[in-house]
Amino acid sequence: MTAAPAAIRTSGLTKRFGRQTVVDGVDLDVPAGAVFGFLGPNGSGKTTTIRMLLGLASATAGEISVLGERMPDRLGTVLPDVGALIEGPGFYPFLSGAANLARLDAADGWAPRTTRRARVAEALDRVGLTQAGGKKVRAYSLGMKQRLGIANALLMPRQLIVLDEPTNGLDPQGTREVRGLIRSLASTGTTVFVSSHLLAEIEQMCTHIGVMRGGRLVAQGTIDELRAAGQATLHLAVAAPDARLAVSTLAPLGLVVTAATAPDRSPAPDRAPAPDGAAARDGAVDAPHGPTADGDTALVAPFPDGLAPEHVVAALVGAGVRVRGVAVDRPSLEDSFVALTGEGFDVVQ
Amino acid sequence: MSSSDPTAVRSSRRALGWGFFLSELGVLFRRRRTQAMLGALAAVPILIAVAIRVTGGDGRGPAFLDRISQNGLFVGMTALVVSIPLFLPLTVGVVAGDSVSGEASTGTLRYLLVSPVGRIRLLVVKFASAVVFCLAATLTVSVAGLLAGAVLFPIGPVTLLSGDTVDVGEALLRALLISVYVALGLLGLAAIGLFISTLTDAPVGAMAATVVVAILSQVLGQLSQTELLHPFLPSYHWLDFADLLRQPIDWSSFAGNAWLQLAYVAIFGALAYARFATKDVLS
Repeated sequence: MTAAPAAIRTSGLTKRFGRQTVVDGVDLDVPAGAVFGFLGPNGSGKTTTIRMLLGLASATAGEISVLGERMPDRLGTVLPDVGALIEGPGFYPFLSGAANLARLDAADGWAPRTTRRARVAEALDRVGLTQAGGKKVRAYSLGMKQRLGIANALLMPRQLIVLDEPTNGLDPQGTREVRGLIRSLASTGTTVFVSSHLLAEIEQMCTHIGVMRGGRLVAQGTIDELRAAGQATLHLAVAAPDARLAVSTLAPLGLVVTAATAPDRSPAPDRAPAPDGAAARDGAVDAPHGPTADGDTALVAPFPDGLAPEHVVAALVGAGVRVRGVAVDRPSLEDSFVALTGEGFDVVQ
Repeated sequence: MSSSDPTAVRSSRRALGWGFFLSELGVLFRRRRTQAMLGALAAVPILIAVAIRVTGGDGRGPAFLDRISQNGLFVGMTALVVSIPLFLPLTVGVVAGDSVSGEASTGTLRYLLVSPVGRIRLLVVKFASAVVFCLAATLTVSVAGLLAGAVLFPIGPVTLLSGDTVDVGEALLRALLISVYVALGLLGLAAIGLFISTLTDAPVGAMAATVVVAILSQVLGQLSQTELLHPFLPSYHWLDFADLLRQPIDWSSFAGNAWLQLAYVAIFGALAYARFATKDVLS
């Protein structure tokens, strides 16, 4: 699989329903062998994008290639190599789990009939449904149906597996198992494209991430690139009388103090160091390391890349500032995710 | 699944779809609803036979009714005449109307298409299994009638409409021919149902619409004001199987039925394809 073409590549992928643009100029690039986390809040166009990738819906504009082949022209040759769970499981309630898998396997013209029984049994085993395989799907819980849906994606050896919200309806144990399953798939070189609206669920297993918002792909890259993209912050605790000195020492280093918190028992407001424009809002900034010790002032400044924290400390100490605490925080991926997608329950249209 | 796994290797050639067709038949006939419909159809000749046996068979009724008490072979034919206007179209409407929309409503349509089954192949297999159901439905009526007739009435040589008499074996062959004729007459309706089924994700709506088409066609067929339309209605030849009870057999109505149904299959098959081939599957 070395130097393989991208598993999924789209350019300008757009889908309109009437006047509403659901997917808007999406340029996805999923390298072969990646575990690609496709993130975004509900209604951000993830599932519609997946439907277009798999030829279920036609694109209004843009190009799609999957496993190096143009879609949907080469649907028949590409899809046998693709396993998919799309917007939740779909099964015949009046058939058993095993019969459902056999049915979907029979629909795949490339799946050999002679090995069907063995492959169905193995797929059921991989998702822990061996015991329930003979039960009618009507009697399955949502989590069991979800597992059966994943088993369906595993019926044949695949080069690409697309999982749309695979952990929906699963308990924490099931979520862990799905993560393990995805890791084991990735370890055999299978590209996994997994969508979720919950970053925490997939953060640990993804190598790449794409973030959708309101139909647009607002960020894409390796997980490290996205982590690094967030602005780091310097949190500094200095002896209260030295605060003004600290601010003036930091300025030549390119550090602009945006907030300063005086100690609770600060006797006079005029002692609180407040650089021009940046208001000293009491309590507006949480000190990262517990409550500020009596007599300390907490300073906060955006921390530019490439600056070494130890240089900053050395400069402060050299200027005679009594440094009592220092920390450089990078935003978590979650913070970046929320910053990209917006918070709250409003569905972006 | 490691690629070295011997149980997980692709076929060298794409299967034609017989396996999927068999699987489709399995899903259709293992389903309780299908079994219940066939059971209800089987009940029609049994009820007729029992009623005649109990009352002696005097009085007015559908064609062939008066002949049953002399010859049990007529039970199946009488039951077909009774079932053609409503019961048979109803069951065909359920099966054909459900064919695509039912898959959409259970969410299996997207998985079939991604498996990948191919949209044309899916339509062909769905229609083929509806054809099998049409035949199964009419044969169910005929065979149940035959069995009920054999149990409750004497069986003997049959006097045809042309006055000739044929032996039991020949009569059974004619009964089979009539079943095929009736099944053939339902194919146009099955194609209409398939087309309607591609329009919606709600199977009940598609089923009802298909049955309404069948009823509408028969109502129009009764009105003299729409006489020009009559030869083009899918139900036009439904009750014309009497020609198969002549010696020699008059094939003209069989041929007319076949051409008419073929036209409906071609038109609505093409419409279903046009609709489904490019449809966004969002169910």
